[in-house]
Order: sequence, then structure tokens, then C-alpha cells
Amino acid sequence: MVSTIVYAFLSVSLLGALLGMGLAFAAKKLAVKKDERVILVEEALPGINCGACGFAGCAAYAEAIVSEGAEIGLCPPGGKESAEKVSEIMGKVLNFSEKKMVAKVHCNGNRERTQYDFMYKGVEDCNAAILLHGGDKSCKYGCLGLGSCIQVCPVDAISKTDDGRVEVDKDLCIGCKKCVDICPTHVMKMIPYDADYYVACNSFDKGGTVRKICTVGCIGCKICEKKFPESGFIVTNFLSSLDYDSKGVDREGAAEACPTNSICKIL
Amino acid sequence: MVKTRTFPKGGIHPHGRKTLSNTAAVVRLPFPKTAVVPMSQHLGAPAAVCVAKGDSVEAGQIIGTGESFISADIHAPVSGTVKDIISIVLPNSVRTQAVVIETETTFDESVLENKYRREQNDSDPVARLSSQELISIVKKAGVVGMGGAAFPSHVKFQVPKGKKADYLVINGVECEPYLTSDHRMMLEHTDEIIDGIRAVQKMINAPQVIIGIEKNKMDAVEKMEKAIADRGLTYIVQPLKVKYPQGDEKQLLKAVIKREVPSGGLPIEIGAVVSNVGSIFAVYEAVYTGKPLIDRIVTVTGDAVRRPGNFLAAVGTSIRQLVEAAGGFTEAPAKIVAGGPMMGFSFFDLDSPVTKGTSGILALTDKNLDHSPMTACISCGKCVAVCPMGLQPTKLFRLIDNGNFDEALKLNLMDCKECGCCAYTCPAKIPLVHGFKYGKKMARKKS
Repeated sequence: MVSTIVYAFLSVSLLGALLGMGLAFAAKKLAVKKDERVILVEEALPGINCGACGFAGCAAYAEAIVSEGAEIGLCPPGGKESAEKVSEIMGKVLNFSEKKMVAKVHCNGNRERTQYDFMYKGVEDCNAAILLHGGDKSCKYGCLGLGSCIQVCPVDAISKTDDGRVEVDKDLCIGCKKCVDICPTHVMKMIPYDADYYVACNSFDKGGTVRKICTVGCIGCKICEKKFPESGFIVTNFLSSLDYDSKGVDREGAAEACPTNSICKIL
Repeated sequence: MVKTRTFPKGGIHPHGRKTLSNTAAVVRLPFPKTAVVPMSQHLGAPAAVCVAKGDSVEAGQIIGTGESFISADIHAPVSGTVKDIISIVLPNSVRTQAVVIETETTFDESVLENKYRREQNDSDPVARLSSQELISIVKKAGVVGMGGAAFPSHVKFQVPKGKKADYLVINGVECEPYLTSDHRMMLEHTDEIIDGIRAVQKMINAPQVIIGIEKNKMDAVEKMEKAIADRGLTYIVQPLKVKYPQGDEKQLLKAVIKREVPSGGLPIEIGAVVSNVGSIFAVYEAVYTGKPLIDRIVTVTGDAVRRPGNFLAAVGTSIRQLVEAAGGFTEAPAKIVAGGPMMGFSFFDLDSPVTKGTSGILALTDKNLDHSPMTACISCGKCVAVCPMGLQPTKLFRLIDNGNFDEALKLNLMDCKECGCCAYTCPAKIPLVHGFKYGKKMARKKS
């Protein structure tokens, strides 16, 4: 009885030892030589595989940096910190000065403030909704609120609001621009992380048209541009936009002067 | 009597509802006070506006030129002054430029009749002109396919080098429920259609002509047969079983000549050209009277319409005027559709203009609509059974819903004709066709 256990124990141990040696031999003999730097670079990248760099994922980007000499600093989620680490590993000097950018929905129109043309009953996706007359909102530039961006966001930074729009949490946003690419109305735009004000409208319609269909749309009246020339607001195609590189004097005044309150403070 | 035929796989049998309007003779609608003429009324590149604000135009004058290969000219439907050039959205969601023409007060139907009259003693133009000359007449007249897709006819009738047309198949199927414009056309313009067929037959040089008509229009079948026999022609009128979507050219060819168009191909690859009776009538007008395509028959129907009927409306007439001509609404419609209920486009702006492709206006009441909510797919396979193209809508929709557009393409998403059989039959009320349109858009964007 005892001998059976001993024999079984010994034979299985022997077999295990043999196979283990085989594996150890194969690991040495058949090893694929990998540049150590690839592993180091991959570790220096954030590892969320968002694809914002244009490569298939962090591993593919690391491989491309080392073997193909791809540009360092293409990784917005990693930002300056990761780019510095990578350049240290690669022994390259980096002049990385880009500010951290985050996505922001440039529209405040919702069920109460904006006119709707019809009731949309279809596939729950902005890219599908836009096939029908450019969406159910009378304004063809606004946020459709069905959340194509929510589906592509790799870090769940975007959520639906109760009033039929979506919002980006700027602290969670890694700036990968996936939502900017998928948004059919291009209402999702990138702004600096530390931006103080933004224009919450994306409509290129003429002022009269905007007035008819939305109470919070930019009507292109140019008050912000003319009365506050130092603030950085510029009106082109009936839409005000903010130049974040400007001095930004008295943006608060411009926001207060805006007749439709489409210049909003970022909290 | 000839045996009735149909296409072998798939298809559905929705209520026809054609009796609402199939006995109403076509009425000429008064010309609109201002005509809004869109520049993109056809498949392919939009026409370029070639008039300016303030110009005075004459009915039949070219106001938009289609210069690329797949495009068509646009003509002024009325005489008057160009008031403005605006940007509008058509019921099928196409944003396009449109020329607004204010009609002269002196302009009426007699102007058109005097300008475009068939000469009684004219020698037969079909015998006199060569096939290329006939095609250039069709091109100049801006004729497009009037079944709905509005494919430019001169491109279709130009048989490519190395290809041969064995059959000219005339599409008188009108399988969409509610619509009766082609039916009325066949009853009221039988002789003209046969003249038009002769012209097209010469253009494509096809030895045999088959006219496919569903057997819910037996009066049209008989009338056609009689007119053909009177002239001593050898055209075959093929009655077809009533089944949707038989009016799709691929299904029609399967039904009448038993040949299948290869995936992504055109009918000419199997030696056939298909043309709708409406387009044939437009060809007749162009060849015999010189009249360009500036008006069309539109069925105005549905339970929310007081007096459903068929109207001859100038292109650019507002849909509001059409509805008023049909006695207005009995109640506020819950849904208005341009085209038929299966493939038409739901829209909301009654001031949208009639285009060359508007076959009908359908106003539905709330009772006509199904408000049951969408539930999950239970993989029952009903959509697979009815798909005439042999696709798997259930699988395709799942892939598209998950954003896997490449895999959907491998399952031949692009072969979907958007006929709506799958969505019609789906017990879970999944908007399948809308999903496929979305999938096609996203797949095109990626590639």
C-alpha cells in the first residue's frame, strides 16, 4: 500500500524533473532575442492600449520606437513624464513642451433649450442617427447625445447627462482623441486641461437661424471679439472660438457680455 | 395564360393597400408659384448650377449640368425668374443646392403642350436615329431611373464594350405597398410606354423584351398584352406572383430570366438591362416630343390623407401642395414617408420639393404604426429566412452593434439592398436596416 504511493510519487517527480529540464533547455536554446529597451520602453508607457499614437497598442508603439525609430512623445495619455522616461532609455534629447489636452463637448443644447425636428427611434448611436436628416436636433452641429464617444473611450471618462447630452470628466480624460475622431458632428474638440473658459457652441448657422432653434447657441454677434480684444475670442463663420494661446485678459467680462451665455466657465 | 413566376428565395407578403389609390386617374397638379429645384435628384455627383440669381428661365431649359460620368442634367420645370439659390435637405437626408424659380403668371400647361408636341406626320424617330443619337437624347433630357434609386438612365443604356444585352426587362412590378403611380402609368400611357420600349431596345440592341408585372395589376397586364398584339410586336408580358421585393432589379431578373446578378455586379454582366416603366415613359417623351424630365407621377396616399390619388407634379412642387391637392390630412399624421413604406424615407418638412425619384407620399396615422419596444435578438432566424439576398441579418446586426465593421463586410454587408424584409419580420422590432445603413457608412469611412 505504502509502496504504491512511493512509486507513484517517485515516477511523477521524475517525469516532472525531466520535462522541466526539457523546458529549461528549450527556453535557452530557442529563445527569441528581444531588445531589452523594448521591454523598458513598454514599461514606461501607460499600458492602456488606447491607440492614440497611431500604433496598435503600447507594445507595438514601443517596438516601433526602438526598431523603426518612431517619434517619441506621440503618447498623449503618458504625457511629458512618460516621454521623458522613454527618451532617457533611448538616449535621445527630447524637447517636449506640449500642454496636456482634454476633450470637451462644445454644446449646451438640450431638450429644453434646443428645438427638435422629430422623434428619433433607431440604433442608439450618433453615427446612425445622423443618417436621418443629420440628427433629430434642428441644429445640425450640436451634440446628439447618443454616445458614440462613450463607446470608444478607453478610460470611461465620458458619461451621458440627464438632459440628453454627454460630458467628459477632464480628470479622467487621457487626451487620446478617439472621441474626436468618432463624433459625427465634430462637436467634441480638444482644449487645454487648464483652460478657464470655452465656447459651448459648434453651430456655423447664421445668428437668426440659431436664435430660432436654440437659446444657448452662438449667434456670431462679435461682442466678445470687439469689446474684449485681448480675451482671445475670434468669430469666424458665425461662430466664436477661443484662442488659448492668447493673453486671455478679461475673459470673464466676455462671458458676462455674451447675449446667449454660450461662453461658459470651466469649473 | 402564362404561368406566373417569382424569385426563389426570401421575400415577404405585406398588405398591399393599393386599393386606396389604384382607381384614381392621374390629375395634373397646378404649377407651383415658386418651384424649388434640387441639384441632386439622382444617384452620383450632383449637377452644377448654371444659372444665376435674377436670370429668367424657360421651362425645359437646363439649369444644372451633370458633368461627371454618373450624373444627370436638371431642367427648369416652369418658366420664370430665378429668385435665389439655396441649400436644402431632401427627405432622403441629402443636403444639396436648389434653384428657386418664381413662376411667371402667364405660364400654364398649354405652354408645355405647345413646346413639346409629338408631330403626327413625323417619320419614326426610333427608325431614323442611331442608338448613340438616342442615348444622347436621353442624356440631354436628364432621364433617371424613376423606381426610387434614380440612377442616370443614359449610363444604364450605354452597354459597355465587350458586353451584350440579351434581354431588356421592363419593371412594372411596383411591389412597394400603397404605391400606384407605375400602375396608373401603364393603364393611361400604354402606347407611349411601348414606343419608349422600342427606343430603349434600339439603344441597348437587345433581341428580347420582357415586361414584368405583378398579378395584382392584371388590368395592366391585359392592356399591355393587347397593345403589343395590336402592333404585332413580340414582347412578352410576364405576370408575377405578388411578393416583396420583386421590384428590385436583382430579384426581378431571378424571377423573369432566372439569372442571378453576381455579388457587387450590375445586371449587364448577365446580359440584361432593367428599366422602370416610369423611366420608359420619360424616354418616350424625350425621344418623341423632346420634353426633358421635368414632372412625374406621384401617389399621395395613406390613412391620414383625405382623398388618396395620383398626381402629375412638376419637379420642385412642394409636398404640401401635393397633400392639399389630395384633400389635406384627415388627422395630424404620425409619420410622413417619401416613397413607399418599405424603402421610403420618413421626413418632417412638408415644404420639401418633389424630385425625379419621388414615387409617392405616404401619410400614416398613429394606428398604422407599431409602437412596441425593441427587445433583444433571440436568434429566431426569421430575418435570415426572408432575406432575398441570402444574407444573415441577425449576425450582421450583432457585428455592427459591436463595432466590428470589417467582419460584417466579410459577411457581404454591401450586398444588402436595404429592402426592409428583415426589419419587417423581426419579432424583436430591431431596426435592422437602419443598422445596416449605419454599418455601411462606418465601413466606407474606415476603408
